[in-house]
Amino acid sequence: MLRKMTCIECPKGCQLEINEEGGRVISLTGNQCEKGLAYGRQEIESPMRILTTTVLTEGLDLKLVPVRTDKPIPKARLLEAMALISGARLTHPVAVGEVVIKDLLCLGVDLIATRSVQ
Amino acid sequence: MYDVLIIGGGVTGAAIARELSRYRLKIALLEKETELAFGVSKSNSGIIHPGTQNPPDSLKGKFCVLGNLLTREIAKELGVDFKEVGELIVIFNEADRPRLQQIKAEGERLGVPRLRIVERAWLREHEPNLNPDALAALYAPTAGIISPYRWVYALAENAARNGVKIFLGHKVTGITPEPGNRRLNVSVSRTEEPRRSVSGSEVTFRARFVINCAGLYADEVARLAGIDDLTIKPRKGEEFLLDKKREHLVNHIIFPLPTPTTKGILVIKTSDGNPMIGPTAEEVADKEDRSTSDAGLQKVLAATRQLVPSLSENDIIAYFAGLRPVAGKDFIIRHEAKVPGLITVAGIQSPGLTAGPAIALLVVELLKKHGLWPHRKLSFQHYRPKTTHLFSLPVTHLPFLLEQDPTYGEIVCRCEMVSAREVRDAIKRGARTLDGIKFRTRAQAGRCHGGFCTTRIMKIMIEELKLKPTEITKRGPGSNVIVESRE
Amino acid sequence: MAAALAAYQAGVKDILLIERDQYLGGILNQCIHPGFGLHHFKTDLTGPEYADRFIKQVAAAQEIEVSLRSFVVRLTADRELTYLKPGGMVTLQPRALIMATGCRERTREMIHIAGTRPAGIFPAGLAQKMVNIEGWLPGKEIVVIGSGDIGLIMARRFTLEGARVKAVVEIQKESRGLVRNVVQCLEDFQIPLYLNHRVALIHGRDRVEKVTVENNETKETFELTCDTVLVSVGLIPENELIEQAGSPDPAKPNLPGLFVCGNSLKVYDLVDNVTRDSQKAGEAAAEYLKNA
Ligand SMILES: Cc1cc2nc3c(=O)[nH]c(=O)nc-3n(C[C@H](O)[C@H](O)[C@H](O)COP(=O)(O)OP(=O)(O)OC[C@H]3O[C@@H](n4cnc5c(N)ncnc54)[C@H](O)[C@@H]3O)c2cc1C
Ligand SMILES: Cc1cc2nc3c(=O)[nH]c(=O)nc-3n(C[C@H](O)[C@H](O)[C@H](O)COP(=O)(O)OP(=O)(O)OC[C@H]3O[C@@H](n4cnc5c(N)ncnc54)[C@H](O)[C@@H]3O)c2cc1C
Ligand code: SF4
Repeated sequence: MLRKMTCIECPKGCQLEINEEGGRVISLTGNQCEKGLAYGRQEIESPMRILTTTVLTEGLDLKLVPVRTDKPIPKARLLEAMALISGARLTHPVAVGEVVIKDLLCLGVDLIATRSVQ
Repeated sequence: MYDVLIIGGGVTGAAIARELSRYRLKIALLEKETELAFGVSKSNSGIIHPGTQNPPDSLKGKFCVLGNLLTREIAKELGVDFKEVGELIVIFNEADRPRLQQIKAEGERLGVPRLRIVERAWLREHEPNLNPDALAALYAPTAGIISPYRWVYALAENAARNGVKIFLGHKVTGITPEPGNRRLNVSVSRTEEPRRSVSGSEVTFRARFVINCAGLYADEVARLAGIDDLTIKPRKGEEFLLDKKREHLVNHIIFPLPTPTTKGILVIKTSDGNPMIGPTAEEVADKEDRSTSDAGLQKVLAATRQLVPSLSENDIIAYFAGLRPVAGKDFIIRHEAKVPGLITVAGIQSPGLTAGPAIALLVVELLKKHGLWPHRKLSFQHYRPKTTHLFSLPVTHLPFLLEQDPTYGEIVCRCEMVSAREVRDAIKRGARTLDGIKFRTRAQAGRCHGGFCTTRIMKIMIEELKLKPTEITKRGPGSNVIVESRE
Repeated sequence: MAAALAAYQAGVKDILLIERDQYLGGILNQCIHPGFGLHHFKTDLTGPEYADRFIKQVAAAQEIEVSLRSFVVRLTADRELTYLKPGGMVTLQPRALIMATGCRERTREMIHIAGTRPAGIFPAGLAQKMVNIEGWLPGKEIVVIGSGDIGLIMARRFTLEGARVKAVVEIQKESRGLVRNVVQCLEDFQIPLYLNHRVALIHGRDRVEKVTVENNETKETFELTCDTVLVSVGLIPENELIEQAGSPDPAKPNLPGLFVCGNSLKVYDLVDNVTRDSQKAGEAAAEYLKNA
């Protein structure tokens, strides 16, 4: 199957054309450098995203604490992660970088605070 | 049992309520919307007309001249700003001069004071941004401007203070005479605020007299009582507000020569400082169609640039459309012989904002003629304390206010400089919706359109009105601002 | 904060930082997405993390006094400024003044979208604040006007929060946002992007019901049902105070001792550049004080 996508590794934004079969890259054209190749392969084989969102707090000075995953997680599991996070409550103060949810969805990724709350 | 029931809380209903509250009567005002002044009275040009441009023997003309006099007096009592800015009806051709003379003569016959024709030199000096091709103008110095909704709120607050009961979210659905005893039964369906009561519940009010001043819906209300010779045709007017930075674009209200149906498209001063251009005049079928159009904008721009060439499209910061409730050429104010006790006040198109207090006097006469002999109250309160608005005060005055209440220092709306205290005051005086707060305080009415203040105002509403965030509306049921709140 | 810190490092010790919000950080607090700091800190931060690094530096510089919930309402040509805070009004005349008052959003009214004016029309930044700070979801079926980064990021944000983004409508022939945002905010969630189209009409009496979208070239139209319209059509520097002080061109104030930086000078895409230029403003103010 032929797939088209835009490389986002640099501002040139090359239009990649990828021939793919069963989640495996067979050929890739349109890139102007190696990064483009790696990007295209990653996007087809296992696209990953950093998730940023918020967690509700209880008894703290902000209603929501903004958070992000400390490493990218599979794109396909973003909504699943959101569902889990929307049920979470933070009840103790945290500083920027501290863990809010450990080992999110058993992916080996932590959800960390991006703002301090008291 | 009420002596008088007023249907409709626009300027007409509010002015009647305030006038009747001078007497020892039991009075109620029923309004279907969540707040007063959400009908025609919220979207108009805000001009207190001097009386020109009306046919000499019309009710419109007579009530306009009298209304102009009364409005300035009552506005003073109620602490509402009225500014006498004057108006100019401008001509560009010698050929139009006879028409101008005719308008002047007609105005004088109606009793419009101090009319005079001014020439090009005068115009250059007093209206420098006016098109230099303007040849002459009819100058009516008694034209004024007022904030239409603040005017309605002040009238209604004062009426309430003098005993009138105001029921919001009360829509009249039936009017039936009680057989034999000259009473009217008015059925009402309630669409009240969330939580306060179950919406859709029905109640009945009994009254000796019912006054139908339901604006665009006066024909439908009349039909409820079996009166079917009224048809209200909405005539839409689109208006465009300019940035306050252009406050001094014009010094007067600038009119072209009127057409047989309208006063034309104008350059208006408003009591809040923003100049306004419009309105268009277009018959529409739908009484709720308050949409604006690209065509309307182009028409208004073309027409007003002819008057003031330096007008720029980029200065427009807001727009709206209003619907004039037209029932033929003139106002219709009469007692319905078929339904004794029912008084119709319909077709209150322009200059209805001006005419309100004069219409109220006629309504009192009609009531007397048909059997109500009210006594004046000794305890009538004429005055209403002026509301405090930071934007209209010099900075040097602020420390006094801050001493009274520190929350005058908590600025909620940056563009119009409105404090948390003013928002709370507005709620205490009856605001229930975001629009109600905007109309009373100007918060959200500036150039950022609530980008900064909306969440701040919502939080105050949550606190003061004990609402859930999702229950806050822009202007009543169905216009909820947000759909979910994470808790 | 960058300007204050730069002036501080250049030797100015008596500095007051005035902020109308109850916390420092400005717009960054609501920009919870990544994409900040790649140049300045050589790492990809979210808005609040970027702000936090400066908040810590400001706190460490003890001579920088911070006044929160303080709203400047007046500025005169000789730099006399007045601010309100709960319970008090303060007037002072600093020897040098740096204005970093940010920007505001262009509204639906400024681009003259015809139609009705129901509830459900939000500037995208206001919607961002509602979702990210207040925890309020403005609507369930969204049409976004404008494909700049803010519009794109909000399309993703609403999708993650469980709303359905029907389309992003862009009047230009190309998206105005970063390719990365087009990919990760729209393509990831199969959100259609209509380029060279405009929203011609908004319908709905009490709440938004639908919009009419028009193709700029063919003038063909179609309708999208939705309950919410997000308007993301650009930002405008906020410098009414400088205008009030009598400067004809607020971007180049001709008042001695007055400096302007950040989004109130011109609208920036990248916070890193805001920081760089604001540091220059801080240094220039320090230089001015030495010579004055
Ligand atoms: C574009 C435009 C510009 C204008 N400019 C001017 C001007 O510059 N100067 C001027 O003097 N006039 C002007 N007018 C005219 C003026 O606005 C109106 O004449 C005036 O507002 C009419 O007030 P009202 O109280 O009769 O009607 P409304 O304000 O419509 O009040 C009627 C009320 O009745 C309520 N109602 C309806 N049905 C029911 C029911 N069944 N039960 C309970 N309540 C009901 C409605 O909700 C409404 O609030 C303008 C009008 C327009 C449209
Ligand atoms: C929605 C959005 C998304 C963005 N996304 C990115 C991104 O992904 N990556 C990136 O690099 N950049 C991004 N940017 C750009 C960048 O973050 C901003 O340009 C930058 O943060 C602006 O900083 P500033 O200090 O100029 O303005 P602001 O952060 O707006 O600060 C101005 C401050 O002045 C205060 N203030 C204003 N008037 C007064 C007054 N009268 N009295 C007292 N205080 C006052 C305000 O409260 C505010 O705190 C984004 C910008 C926006 C708006
Ligand atoms: S392929 Fe290489 S050059 Fe092209 S966009 Fe990607 S990183 Fe840039």
